[in-house]
Amino acid sequence: MNVGDIVAERTFHLTRDSLVRYAGASGDFNTIHYRDDIAAAAGLPGVLAHGMLTMGIAVQPVVDWLDNRGIVLGYGVRFTRPVVVDPVDGATITVVAKVGAIEDTETRIDLTVTFADATVLGKAQVRVSLV
Amino acid sequence: MPVNPQLQGREFPPTAPYLVGREKVREFARAVFATSPLNHDPAAAREAGYDDVVAPPTFPVVVQEATLAQLLAEPDGGIDFGRVVHGEQSFSYTRPIVAGDELVATLSVTSIKSLGGNDMLTAVSTIVDARGSHVVTATSTLVVRGES
Repeated sequence: MNVGDIVAERTFHLTRDSLVRYAGASGDFNTIHYRDDIAAAAGLPGVLAHGMLTMGIAVQPVVDWLDNRGIVLGYGVRFTRPVVVDPVDGATITVVAKVGAIEDTETRIDLTVTFADATVLGKAQVRVSLV
Repeated sequence: MPVNPQLQGREFPPTAPYLVGREKVREFARAVFATSPLNHDPAAAREAGYDDVVAPPTFPVVVQEATLAQLLAEPDGGIDFGRVVHGEQSFSYTRPIVAGDELVATLSVTSIKSLGGNDMLTAVSTIVDARGSHVVTATSTLVVRGES
């Protein structure tokens, strides 16, 4: 394994159903994540995915790549752009996970998370320990 | 009303214990597209050395939520929820959360900065299990937009 290697790559399709499901599972019932009228009144381009949903999805390819070969030590992101989820077409998010750094006790995996050709998470990094 | 700068350094009382349910873990796992048997199948989790199904990495946000509610309800805090945007989030794990854990979170506000008319507040929630052992620390940076 070398710095720059892609360890996982996956595409996820979100729909409004995904947002309602996440709202219930997480307890985040902020209405901008399921009501067009409230999103519009807040000046948003549409109903947005919860940032924490995007964050939660984005780490899954790394979790699956790790399987039983390691554990996640840390995970952090910046929320840089919203993911607008169209009521009909939904939203497609692409995750590319690359080796960012290799140290003695941990490996850093850098995530590139894109929606509509723009990155939506900044400095998205997963620190893992490989066994 | 702007964010009260005196919040910086404030530590809040520990939250009521949150009992992590197996079905809650499965529900959360489905919501974040987590398909690993470790998240869904107790037998697979036990075979891997865990007591029960393993929660996905961002599950601590469910426990952290109670601390953010404390923060927003603080009478002198000056935080208008309608102006809050989630800027950054991170987790630092000692071990994964598993079903059956009874978790308590303690919030402290470690930093408040003003930047371009907005306030940036860093909230650190330390989450421990029933024995008091550290499980995970969840850190949120909230951007409170200034009144324009």
